[in-house]
Amino acid sequence: MHELSFEPDDRYNAFLAVCKKAPYGKGKLSGIAIAVKDNISTRGIETTCASKILKGYIPPYDAHAVELLRQSGAAIVGKTNMDEFGMGTTTENSAFGPTLNPCDTNRVPGGSSGGSAAAVAGNMVRMALGTDTGGSIRCPAAFCGIVGLKPTYGRVSRYGLIAYANSLEQIGPMGQNVSEVSTLLQVIAGKDRHDSTTYDRPYNHNPVADIKGLKIGIPTEYFGEGVDPKVAGVVKTAISRLEELGASTVPCSIPSMKYALAAYYVTCTCEASSNLARFDGVRYGPAADSKKSWHDAYKEVRKAGFGTEVRRRIMLGTFALSSGYYGKYYAKAQVARENVKADFARLFSEVDLIAGPTMPTIAFRLKEKSDPLSMYLSDILTVPANLAGIPAISVPCGKADGMPVGLQIMGRPFEDERVIDAAYAYEQAVN
Amino acid sequence: MADDQVIVGLEVHCQLDTKSKLFCGCSTDYRSDGPNTHVCPVCLGLPGAMPVLNKRSIEYAMKVAKALNCTVLHESEFSRKNYFYPDLDKAYQITQYDKPLAEGGYLEIESDEGGERRIQLTRIHVEEDPGRLVHMGNAERGKYSLVDYNRAGIPLIEIVSEPDMRSPKEARKFLNKLRATLEYLSVFDSEKEGSLRVDANISIKGNERVEVKNITSYKGVEKALTYEVTRQKNLIRRGQRIERETRHFIESTGITQSSRSKEQEHDYRYFPEPDLRPLHVQSWVEGIVLPELPDARRERFVLQYGCSLNHARTLTGELKLANFFEHVVVADPKGLSSLAATWIADTLIGELNYRSMNLDRVDAAGFTELIRILKQGTITDKSGIEVLRVMLDQRIKNEMAETPTAIVSRLNLAKTSGDTSIITAAINEAITENPKALEDYFAGKGGALNFLVGQVMKKTRGKADPGELNRMLIEALKKKET
Repeated sequence: MHELSFEPDDRYNAFLAVCKKAPYGKGKLSGIAIAVKDNISTRGIETTCASKILKGYIPPYDAHAVELLRQSGAAIVGKTNMDEFGMGTTTENSAFGPTLNPCDTNRVPGGSSGGSAAAVAGNMVRMALGTDTGGSIRCPAAFCGIVGLKPTYGRVSRYGLIAYANSLEQIGPMGQNVSEVSTLLQVIAGKDRHDSTTYDRPYNHNPVADIKGLKIGIPTEYFGEGVDPKVAGVVKTAISRLEELGASTVPCSIPSMKYALAAYYVTCTCEASSNLARFDGVRYGPAADSKKSWHDAYKEVRKAGFGTEVRRRIMLGTFALSSGYYGKYYAKAQVARENVKADFARLFSEVDLIAGPTMPTIAFRLKEKSDPLSMYLSDILTVPANLAGIPAISVPCGKADGMPVGLQIMGRPFEDERVIDAAYAYEQAVN
Repeated sequence: MADDQVIVGLEVHCQLDTKSKLFCGCSTDYRSDGPNTHVCPVCLGLPGAMPVLNKRSIEYAMKVAKALNCTVLHESEFSRKNYFYPDLDKAYQITQYDKPLAEGGYLEIESDEGGERRIQLTRIHVEEDPGRLVHMGNAERGKYSLVDYNRAGIPLIEIVSEPDMRSPKEARKFLNKLRATLEYLSVFDSEKEGSLRVDANISIKGNERVEVKNITSYKGVEKALTYEVTRQKNLIRRGQRIERETRHFIESTGITQSSRSKEQEHDYRYFPEPDLRPLHVQSWVEGIVLPELPDARRERFVLQYGCSLNHARTLTGELKLANFFEHVVVADPKGLSSLAATWIADTLIGELNYRSMNLDRVDAAGFTELIRILKQGTITDKSGIEVLRVMLDQRIKNEMAETPTAIVSRLNLAKTSGDTSIITAAINEAITENPKALEDYFAGKGGALNFLVGQVMKKTRGKADPGELNRMLIEALKKKET
């Protein structure tokens, strides 16, 4: 066992915990510093989900993905900042202060994996793990000018990922380039007997810069209302670059997109309301007052421990699941979700990939998205991939107003390889 | 149906006797170990831990479903039942809601009027047991409570019946029959503390129903329901309305107490458990081979051993009892069956209950010898009981166990056959001492003979063969008459 000394100049507040002496072993990632989002359990390293309610919680076990990283020799150098429990698009909803965007410190890095993105973009680490429930890897990757992949649902074990919305989220790789993202995926993908939703689909691929003959669908919805024309312009230029590389493009449509955001927010808040109920001060986190009756103590712990956005989503989800409303909200959201899936299945019978912008705008200024609804709306281009469970990557494709723009490429379920190849081909062509 | 007909439906929760918990590899054998020693991230509900279904527990549940004639559904799924309580570490219980493992089915019980009655079942589903609170002092006023998660994640099946039972006694019979069936299937151990919990729905025809929770014993069910019948009938008699509510059974006092009304009912916010895939196990049903079940064994006992229906029912009503019977008669079924059935069903069970003694502690070889001695006619039935009591008491006190033969000889219980002089002397004494009885006998009063038989028995300390004694007494009385 060796040790990597790691003392980054963390001027962006990317890290919540730093391991100054990070042990590492032999293997594919031997000695490489890897940052891990703070909602992924790390044995012996405080894991808080950027929430006061988990302050002081040191997991007694490693998430499966972390275990695999360690087995491949990686040095886990720290835990990165995030929106509390993954709920946000800016990393401003952290109980421990916002992370700043290394490209412009007056702007947010995106979220919720903003700490991981800033650690990579700020050259503190080459690679990091993020998690993506509705765009939480791709959004900060786009905003910070790095590469981030949300793998196919079931390709990477979620065991040890502190759940926000189980049916939507995946752990995924973030890196300075596509090769690194691919390397990291090689390590973390595959079946895990601790996660019944994983598939026996390991990823043993090395990126190939060849997209000749591929058919790429360009959904009109990804260039419609709410999408900054400057961002749209940059992405269109990138898409014509893909055509120059031998791919053909066809316009297409995802009619179910108008229900995607609603379906997403109902589903994730419902699941969150249940997942976060266990944080009651009995077993970990700030202790409940044992002189109070248990339900009074619970109330106090939860009121003091959760931030505003988390409390809002817990209440929304609790309401949507309650008797008499389940059919109106949760059940309907699942129908809408099936429709999104069906739309993608139909499209993917005609095209090999779908491309568009990752985010409708460049990174917001700090505190710009103070209204929760306008923040929710900015997830519109990323949530469809989570609802459908398909792989989606964000790769830097130029700048608008001096800030990075991400090109999003989505593929069929378990065709993460092809998505990575397309991003790699683009990256190789422009660099 | 009578106007005040009692209507009962049961929800029975049984711990499945698997080696490991429902969603993790922790051992289920926690009862003799310290608190929180059989736990892991999964059953502690640690953040990020995920459930993985134990296949064996589904196999066990499906055995039950098949034995109870249920239909295993093509697709079933797990759901989360959300509520806050300190013994529930995830703040939700993984259970089954709108897609249970199996639906329908029935269980046949002996009805109060005799004969078989079919109790329809609604469904069977699988769920995890929560942890356990240990209150320091009283639950309300105690200083604090401790939580033990050893029990968290133990697999349970919940068997829900239709409201088909018509009395507390029938409910008890249903439960006994269910227990027997589960034990025959080797999926349940009724002797483990807390392995069974029952919620009962009870109403008087035409009135609201009341749910009684927290019943943890077989006797408790009959007790709780009997209490409720009285309480509800009294309310109706006084012209009061029965509230639809949940009541708690308090085992120590045998009464039920209101715990929450309908308005205060929990909203459990069920939704499908996203960390588990739906189950498609219908195709397993065919491959499940069921062992002989209580009804079949009862029929066989009647046919093979010539047991009376009642004896057969009693003997097969508990797996251990049935096995014990067959063990006792195995060497000589023809010779011993009828005697063994009577002695086990009518005598042994009573003696065991009186001593709160478990059948496991009875020495089967010794008991077999006792039956053989009785069969040979070496001792009388009365002496047999005496020998049995000595045997059981020696076991309880962990004393050196004597064989029945040794007990007979030590206590000098062998029948006095061959030497009739003792009986003759006793008869003469009895007749002399009871002139009134003699008078009555000659006056034709039937009871007098029995009285005199009893007196002679007493004098011979039960060793006289009753047949022999009777014959000799009547002869002696005839002589007196002439």
